[in-house]
Amino acid sequence: MVFGRKDLLGLQELSRDEINLILETAVPMKEILQRDIKKVPTLRGRSILTLFYESSTRTRTSFEAAAKYMSADTFNIATSSSSVTKGESLVDTAWTLEAMGVDVVIIRHSASGSPHYLAKRLKASVINAGDGTHEHPTQALLDMFTIKEKLGRLEGLEVAIVGDIFHSRVARSNILGLVKMGAKVRVVGPSTLMPKQIGELGVTVHSRIEEALEGVDVINVLRIQRERQQKGLFPSLREYARLYCVTPERVRYAKPGALILHPGPMNRGVEIAPEVADGTQSLILEQVTNGVAVRMAILYLIMGGAGSHGVTA
Amino acid sequence: MELLLKNGRVIDPANKLNKPFDVRVSRGVITQIGSNLPAENGERVLDVAGCVVVPGLVDMHVHLREPGFEGKETIHTGTRAAAMGGFTAVAAMPNTQPVVDNQAMVRFVLEKGRSEGLVPVLPIGAITKGIKGEELAEIGEMVEAGAVAFSDDGKTVASSALMRRAMDYSKMWDKPIICHCEDLSLAAEGVMHEGYYSMLLGLKGIPAASEDIMVARDIILAETTGAQIHIAHVSTAGSVRLIREAKARGVKVTAEAAPHHFSLTDRAVEGYDTSTKVNPPLRSEEHVAEVLLGLKDGTIDAIATDHAPHALEEKDVEYDYAPFGIIGLETAVPLAVTYLIEPGYASWAQVVNLLSLNPARILGLSRSLAVGSIADITVVNPQMEKTVDPQTFVSKARNTPFAGKVLRGWPVATIVRGRLVMENGKLLEGEN
Repeated sequence: MVFGRKDLLGLQELSRDEINLILETAVPMKEILQRDIKKVPTLRGRSILTLFYESSTRTRTSFEAAAKYMSADTFNIATSSSSVTKGESLVDTAWTLEAMGVDVVIIRHSASGSPHYLAKRLKASVINAGDGTHEHPTQALLDMFTIKEKLGRLEGLEVAIVGDIFHSRVARSNILGLVKMGAKVRVVGPSTLMPKQIGELGVTVHSRIEEALEGVDVINVLRIQRERQQKGLFPSLREYARLYCVTPERVRYAKPGALILHPGPMNRGVEIAPEVADGTQSLILEQVTNGVAVRMAILYLIMGGAGSHGVTA
Repeated sequence: MELLLKNGRVIDPANKLNKPFDVRVSRGVITQIGSNLPAENGERVLDVAGCVVVPGLVDMHVHLREPGFEGKETIHTGTRAAAMGGFTAVAAMPNTQPVVDNQAMVRFVLEKGRSEGLVPVLPIGAITKGIKGEELAEIGEMVEAGAVAFSDDGKTVASSALMRRAMDYSKMWDKPIICHCEDLSLAAEGVMHEGYYSMLLGLKGIPAASEDIMVARDIILAETTGAQIHIAHVSTAGSVRLIREAKARGVKVTAEAAPHHFSLTDRAVEGYDTSTKVNPPLRSEEHVAEVLLGLKDGTIDAIATDHAPHALEEKDVEYDYAPFGIIGLETAVPLAVTYLIEPGYASWAQVVNLLSLNPARILGLSRSLAVGSIADITVVNPQMEKTVDPQTFVSKARNTPFAGKVLRGWPVATIVRGRLVMENGKLLEGEN
């Protein structure tokens, strides 16, 4: 199967087969990462731009590592160091860079839909590295890869997503992807951080965490942003932690050995207790490694690779 | 100019007319209505067989952007867009730069309308100085200069005390206060209707309650002051119900809906096309259904476009950063035909009320096809089918979500005070 898309904008557009193709292609990519010499010539001569309008360390570095391990040339633009601060429009910036011969633009932007806007206008491929409160598809794909690697499947698994569902692009992409793959998703968080229509995406909605974690295979803990409290969406971080912090006691409601995921960066003691973050069930660092593998797979497929059998490792 | 409109169907609910008639126009006045009128010497004959001939349409809510934002639209281009769309008069909102909040600015708009407009421009004055919601503007002087209504459109008068004073004060001149209803603390930084699609698209929502609350407030204030108010761009089911109930109680409230609010839902935002970004936002199905019902049962008195032109580069940005607004003058009539008449929500007579007689009455104008009336006439071909192509618009702006849509029922002639200003999609400048 060939990945026929120019762009990767969100899990909403992807079919089950396309998701499977990405997850399967990431398996040999991870194998490359475990070698002493982590370099394959697959994307030699290709140029990849990371265009980040929001600060990010791990996602940008992860994409860059993925591109470099596959021998692509990479360029970075962050808002502070470009003409973006001089008021150049997004499309002008992108056209300028395309004129320099960039093949792939990886964009993170605080405005939802920005990658879609670029994708419509550029010949280059566009990969969404997080747009506003919309989607973060590569994070969801790496989360699914991590779960599938450990548990062998996604179909039929019970997955709880905990925290600020309303503002979380990680939550949205995970929900769309997991539901498509046949997992049973529960979401839990304060009702002020829960979109009223979230149930229409095929998830069950909870406000008590113990109830939501009952018997689940996976707990995906979202980062809680302090500015949400400042905007009055919940009274205090203290009360949030009291009601929703994923503690060892609460993890006991889940299946024995349930997987703990967190997209990072963590607020220890707020949404996740340190004992859980650092415990044996935690896959938080494994997620980081898998992130590189999944992003290698995506870059490879988007540049015309022919699925897992075509990897010239 | 002498004109004879032959073989059209004359629809004028004001005179209970709805049958095939010929209409003769001479020196700006309707001089004869009857069957088989013979053409007279030197008379221009328009064969409008298959078309409807109706009292001239009035758009009581447009933004002509002049002065201050001539890159978006001008009185020159905006009134030509109006003529193209079948409108024989437009009421211009005061949120220009400077704001139309004093008699000099009212005179400027009237003067520009006379010298450069193809159809008359009726100025709406601001309720508060600078549309800042702090002090009353000089409403009395603006009335004397020719303002037809008052509105801080684009902004809500947030202070209930000030809004009450404005209503109390405007009563002295029998001019309506046009209410832009939006509770800003609820609307906040929203860019689309709050609902399923805002969740899916990750865009900040504007809840229906933001509109409902202010509609309720303004109805309560109108009731206590006895003032005449008009609710602009009704978009929610709650607003329709509140207005219906207020009317039944005898509150002096009228209301308008924009064509995009009865023809599109928030689903149109999928794909992040910024031409769908408008305030109030495109709402979900249950709201659109209630707006349609309000148009059908007369709760909503008028269709007004809220024509809100923007320059291409202003709309060609990320969804969050695009300005709100949809242009409507050149698509309002076919949208009413396609979405109201064809599905059976309204008869032609009702649509004539919505697009002509009611907005005219609210603004203190008259519209009639009776002999002796001023010849403001619109001719529409109900069968004409055309694809909306923004490149053909005479408005400066292109921000329409209807591009590529096939619509039926296009205006084919616009007659302003006896003068033919548009015929078969072509503007006629000064030659008659």
